[in-house]
Amino acid sequence: MRIMNHPILGEQKDIEWVTIIVNGKPLKAKKGEMILAALHAEGIIVNRYTTKRHEPRGIYCAIGQCTDCMMVVNGIPNVRTCITPVEDGMTVDVQEGLGKWRGDK
Amino acid sequence: MRQCELLVIGGGPAGLSAAIQAAKAGAKVIVVEANAEAGGQLVKQTHKFFGSKEHRAGTRGIVIAQILRDQCKEYNVEVMLNSLVMGIYADHVVAIDVKKSLTEHNIERIQAKKIVISTGTSENSIRFKGWTLPGVMGAGAIQTMCNYHRVLPGKRLLMIGSGSVGLIVCYQLMQAGAEIVGIVEALPHINGYAVHASKLTREGVPIYTGYTITEARGTDHVKQAVIAKVNPDWTTVPGSEIVLDTDIVAVGAGMKPLIGMAYMSNCDLLYDKALGGWAPCHSKNMESTQSGIYVAGDTTGLEEASTAIEEGSLSGIAVAESLGYIPTAKAAELKDAAWHRLNVLRSGFKGEERAIAKQKQLARYAEVMKGGK
Amino acid sequence: MYLDHGIVTKEELIAAGQYPSEARMKKGPVAVCECLQNIPCNPCETSCPAHAIHIGENISNLPELTEEKCIGCGSCVIACSGLAIFLLDKSYSDKVGSVSFPYEYLFSFKVGDKVKAADRSGKCVCEGTVKRILNTPKSDHTTVVTLEVPIDLVDEVRSVYRPR
Repeated sequence: MRIMNHPILGEQKDIEWVTIIVNGKPLKAKKGEMILAALHAEGIIVNRYTTKRHEPRGIYCAIGQCTDCMMVVNGIPNVRTCITPVEDGMTVDVQEGLGKWRGDK
Repeated sequence: MRQCELLVIGGGPAGLSAAIQAAKAGAKVIVVEANAEAGGQLVKQTHKFFGSKEHRAGTRGIVIAQILRDQCKEYNVEVMLNSLVMGIYADHVVAIDVKKSLTEHNIERIQAKKIVISTGTSENSIRFKGWTLPGVMGAGAIQTMCNYHRVLPGKRLLMIGSGSVGLIVCYQLMQAGAEIVGIVEALPHINGYAVHASKLTREGVPIYTGYTITEARGTDHVKQAVIAKVNPDWTTVPGSEIVLDTDIVAVGAGMKPLIGMAYMSNCDLLYDKALGGWAPCHSKNMESTQSGIYVAGDTTGLEEASTAIEEGSLSGIAVAESLGYIPTAKAAELKDAAWHRLNVLRSGFKGEERAIAKQKQLARYAEVMKGGK
Repeated sequence: MYLDHGIVTKEELIAAGQYPSEARMKKGPVAVCECLQNIPCNPCETSCPAHAIHIGENISNLPELTEEKCIGCGSCVIACSGLAIFLLDKSYSDKVGSVSFPYEYLFSFKVGDKVKAADRSGKCVCEGTVKRILNTPKSDHTTVVTLEVPIDLVDEVRSVYRPR
């Protein structure tokens, strides 16, 4: 959910939107915001699943220190979505385990 | 290789204040900040600060952040953003990972005459069944999403911990339109400022003192939390469980200084629970036991933004003095003024125990420099 | 006790010498600093144009309000970073009085509207009429809301009721 109006921060106006593709579906995102923020704005809270037990993980520290929010971005795994800004056309996918690198079998 | 007179690691209130004081006196200063914007935790602090006029009481943290950024511009401080200090190496060579894009990073090395380490703290976590579920996060994390990114990943928040952080974050979440399911505090009384709690109680927020969280329930994310009465030995009272509907569980269980840079540089560290754990000891000039490396702000012990600003200023003045930019008498006057402002902040409820802890750090520094261990 | 759970009572405030007298409240609006903890903080003192609040050199001292000097302007209500100061007025009627409190939430009520009012524990204790909504650039987003409530509840009402 986006906080469009706030008693201290004021109203969000004249927002420039871009489109990112999240898990195959297009999602509206605010230009320059962090990927994680765009996901939370739409209620998407699972970022990845763990390797051994396939357990869901989502935001924990929000400032790039814990790696719980990592996802596969533009095909690159282990991208911390809380500190990575969106770009128009970017693909963002739920990561399974440690993700796949180019050259992985 | 690039040279500068002062390199500040971490562009939060302490780091920016150190940079401002040193640059104001004439030094060439570079601040290296890992985030896309400088300001540290100030960028999320929408509440008005306490203290007195000289501490900028009544000014919101977010406004103070802008003031500090503007002053850095005014005094020609170079602020490197999206730049993460990887380490401090021999001869004060600092290696920096500069992020250019999602896929492009450059490594830059800068040699500095003096270094200020102001890397702040990181949040503690507590472990309970279901603590890894999406929706369970740090109190600082939900504050970042709410106040800085202006999004909420849920609508009903359960806060674990009634320190000033837990209390103020609940207030801020209410301002953003969330509902506070409750605050869970293991102690038999609230831990933070009573006035922070009063703001919540008059809005009907329940505060469960003497309780702890035992479980977060849900499949892909938190849907419910279980809390129970807690004994002094952390066992819980059977039959006292309360099940609460919640979709965000925030943990405000304290913070610990980020000491990687200080540790790597062989600065002497001291453990003190009152300061959040291990922290580098320092002189009255905020110099660590490694000559030319200064430490300031929460990295020297968990306190507040106000003390971070003063410690940062102190280190900046001391650096400028050591570089010859401020004559001794003038430097003494400026440092005394900063220490006075610090002592004022370290008074009263909670302030006194921090004052004692800081004295221990000064004593430890003196001991180490004399040759003790 | 207030410091345990954050809910102070009128009795605790009176015992600490922090509550205005009935006589003073019947003369006109007067401030009450519901602040019983020694924390280093003094914007209330420095904001008062009538110099009615004293904290002194040691800014962890509790604020001392001299009720005769207080002109009920509400500057301290806006200045208090803890949002712990209120204006009470029992002077203009035998039946109703007013409470002014700092409010930093979004709201849709207007002057003249009837709203539910809450006490310090968040319990709805009565209905009140919005008498004044004060918001100036200097307030930096701390709105001061004045509610008219039954006179015996002036000592209890401290916010707009928030349903759960």
